[in-house]
Formats: sequence, C-alpha cells, structure tokens
Amino acid sequence: MIWMRECEVAVVGGGPAGLSAALEASTLGAEVVVLDRDDGPGGQLIKQTHRFFGSRAQHAGVRGIDIPDILTEEATEQGVEMIFGAEVAGYYPDGVLTFKKDQKWCKLRPERVIFCTGASERFLAFPGSDLPGVYGAGAVQTLMNVHGVRPGQRVLMVGAGNIGLIVSYQLLQAGVDVVAIVEAAFDIGGYAVHASKVRRLGVPIMTRHTVTRAHGQQQVEGATLMQLDEDWDPVEGTEQYVDCEAICLAVGLNPLAELMWQAGCSMAWIPQLGGYVPICDEDLQTTVEGVYVAGDASGVEEASSAMMEGRLAGLGCAHSLDRVDSDRYRQRREELLHELAALRSGPTGAKIREGLQKMQQAQPLRQVLVEGSDC
Amino acid sequence: MLKRTGIACSEDIERARPDETRRKQGPVAWIECFREIPCDPCHDACRVGAIEEFSDINDLPCIDHEACTGCGLCVAACPGLAIFVIDETHSETQALLALPHEFTPLPDAGDEVVLMTRSGQEAGYGRVHRVQAPRAFDRTAVIWVIIPQDLVEQVRAIKPLHQVIDEEGGEKQ
Repeated sequence: MIWMRECEVAVVGGGPAGLSAALEASTLGAEVVVLDRDDGPGGQLIKQTHRFFGSRAQHAGVRGIDIPDILTEEATEQGVEMIFGAEVAGYYPDGVLTFKKDQKWCKLRPERVIFCTGASERFLAFPGSDLPGVYGAGAVQTLMNVHGVRPGQRVLMVGAGNIGLIVSYQLLQAGVDVVAIVEAAFDIGGYAVHASKVRRLGVPIMTRHTVTRAHGQQQVEGATLMQLDEDWDPVEGTEQYVDCEAICLAVGLNPLAELMWQAGCSMAWIPQLGGYVPICDEDLQTTVEGVYVAGDASGVEEASSAMMEGRLAGLGCAHSLDRVDSDRYRQRREELLHELAALRSGPTGAKIREGLQKMQQAQPLRQVLVEGSDC
Repeated sequence: MLKRTGIACSEDIERARPDETRRKQGPVAWIECFREIPCDPCHDACRVGAIEEFSDINDLPCIDHEACTGCGLCVAACPGLAIFVIDETHSETQALLALPHEFTPLPDAGDEVVLMTRSGQEAGYGRVHRVQAPRAFDRTAVIWVIIPQDLVEQVRAIKPLHQVIDEEGGEKQ
C-alpha cells in the first residue's frame, strides 16, 4: 500500500543537527516531520557518553547521551512529529521523499526538506583488514555504549582525532585495555585534553605510525605497526607486533550526501569538509530551492556546530514559509551565525574555515524544483 | 610534546602553576587546559568568579588564583577533565590532590590507589581522602587523594589497586 501525505518541513535524520533544525522550525510555527532510520532520536548522540564542549547554547558540559532527551522533549512540546524506523531511500524531482517503514514504502511531500543525514566512517585497507575484529570506531561505540558489549579485551586504536581519543577513553571506562593509539600524521588531531586523559591512564599515543597488517586466522589476534617516513611510506625495519583482539579504525568521516546528489544539488569535493558536500549558502540552503542541509552532511565537524547549523537551517525554512517576521529572523540569524563563527574561530576550526572558504568560491547556481514532474 | 604525545611539557605546566605564596595558603585550582578549544563551562562552574568570563570561547581559561577557594566545582565541570585542585598544606610531607574520575566502581575514602603520572607511569601509592560524587557532578566524581608533596606536579590520575594486581597477575606486597 502506498501512503502519501504532505507537510511543511521534513527533516531527514534525527541527530543533533536534525533535532535542532526541527526544534527551531517548529518553535517558529512550521509543521515539521522528522524521519529517522533508528528506533529513537539522537543519531550518534546516543553513544556520546562524554561531556560536550562549546557553550551553553550547545549544551556544553552536558553528556551527549543526555542531549536527545532535552531536544526531543522540547520538540514534542512544539508539536514536531517524529517517525522512527523510517529509512529515507529517495528524493524525487517532484519533491517527494520515499521511505521504508514497517516493510512498507511510504511517501511524503514536504514544502521544504532539511537533510541531516550525518556521515559514514572511512575505512583503511591493509592486509588482514577484512578479518573479524576490525571495527569502525563508531561501531565500537555502539557496541559498548548502546548494547553493553566489549569488542575485545585488548584493542588497538588507529587514529588520534577526537573520535579515536574519545573512544579509547570509553574503552578504558569499559575495562578494555587499549594497547596503543597510532596516528599517521605528525601531530595528534584531536583536542589536547582528550589526548592527555588517555595518556595519563597509560595508553601510548604513537604519531607517525600506522597499522600495516592485522594477524589472525579466524579473527584478529594481533597487528603490525610501522613508522612512517616523510612520504608517508612505512619505514623498513620499524615493524613492531602488538597483541590485540580488535583493531578500531577512527580515520575520519565522509558526509552522507546520496540524497542530495539525488535531489540534484550542486556538489563540491572539499577535502577539509570530509569529501563531497552540497554547495550551500549561509542559511544552509543548497543549490536546489527548498532543499537544506545541516550537520556532518554539509561538512564533518563537531556536534556543537551541527546543532547550530540545524538551528540555522530550521530558521531559514521557517522564514521562507513566512513564519517569522523579518526583524526577528534577522536578529536570530545574526545570533546563530555569531555562535557558529565563535565555535569555528579558534585553531581547532582552521580546517573548517578553509573548507567553507572553498565552498564560497564554488559559486552556486540555484535551480528551481521541477513541479509536477512524473519521474 | 603535548601535540605529539599528549603529555604536557614543563612550559605548559608553568602556566598552570599558582605562585609559591598562594600554594602555601591551601587548596587552589591548577587549570591544565593548554590548547585553545571552543569551550567555556569552567567559567559558569566557579561560584566565586575566579575564572574569568570568556570574551572569545576559544580563549584559554584565565583564573585568579587569589580569588580561587579550591572548592573543586570546576574539576567536576570541565569537559576536558583538565582541572585539578592541589592543597599543599595537608601535612608536612603530604598534599591533597583533587582529580576528576569517571571510572566505576568509585573508590571509597581510605582506599589505597595507584598514582599515575601525566605520561601514564605508576608513581607509587596514595590514599583516598574523600570522594565527591553528588548528582550535580553528573557522573564525574572528584576524588581527593593524599599524595607525597614531591609528586604534586606529576600525578594526574589514579587506578584502583585491584586493577594493577590483575594486570601483573600477582599480589602487591
């Protein structure tokens, strides 16, 4: 049975960006439907057991796992409808979203859509990387923090960005031995405070090192680590073997932009933002009118920025639907842009600033949705 | 070096260390937040206004050690677990170190614990003096540990004794 309905704003993805977008748009009076493929709200927040950085506007000091409840409660009060277990699989030229819910394909035609689809983990290929026991860091977090299952008793972490450092800490909290964190770059990519808190618990952080092989017959039993030279090639003779039951890869994220490709948004390859991202303006509207993006899908960043982006996109939608008067819109927009700029203004925001500059140079050409197209 | 190893160097520690006179007057916070990140909850946590308001959220925290009472509220509030309170007046040879701790089961007052340095080396044993874990601390306990005076700049974490026994496969004498 095909089910079809209409709404003003559809938000695809109920993570930090999506929930914030829904909240902002609904507070201003728009009718909002959130679609999420998981069984509940929060996206990646549901496994972020650490306290968040940022300032009060982004719930700084609150643990990530507690933020979905705060946002969901407010959104529900504002009348946001949330449909879980709903996997959005398509966005068609006539502005119809199709999603699978309870084994049925359902259709939703929103006047505006905000894609908050997040990002997916990158993988690293090396001999043995297909062995059971080689995980993405996000998978390890889900296993441990959502399902209460340890990935193994001894884990090697690959990548010293914030995710690698935080997941290492959480592994320690779960009683797992983190044998080392290897990082190919010259410096630790994550926050120094995260690095220090795992280091003082005895976890070595080895920069300029990588994993070159996973060992084991049926599953991971160990790994070979090697030092890297100036050309990022492994240095012969520096092989060292570590005993481990799991290898956890925290080597970056790619924006999940498939639906925006499908929507016909102009895309740009911007490595600083994580790969292909839709070209969008300051209000997070893509080159397709009425199609917005927020969070990691628009460029991989911290959740605090994702929440501010979600707010901006929600505000933009509400404004374009005439739900907010110009003065209030301008004031709120100013406020949010200021928060976002502040989060990105320090040394940790340098990469994002570079990426956004490239985005500005990408010169978007806005297209208008083809009304009533029958494909 | 901090950015290569995660271990703060002496110049970094220099910036966190309160002056001699203040250290001799009782508990005081050492803010070991050495790299700019967008974060400001420490300012909100301080009840006596000793941690300056941030004009830019990326600034390093700025503390007035004279105004600081060493209460430890900022220790629990810092998302980076980068603040410690040290009381060097505890006794002639021993100091009290308050550190953030997020491992369960929490130790009890009186427990002997293994002292860990910034680089994760074991530096001897200390005794838990007090455990603060009210609801308001939201699962970051503040553990006050009695440590030797000469280790106040080195020790920044604790491990329960049983964990070390397990790892070494034998009992500590």
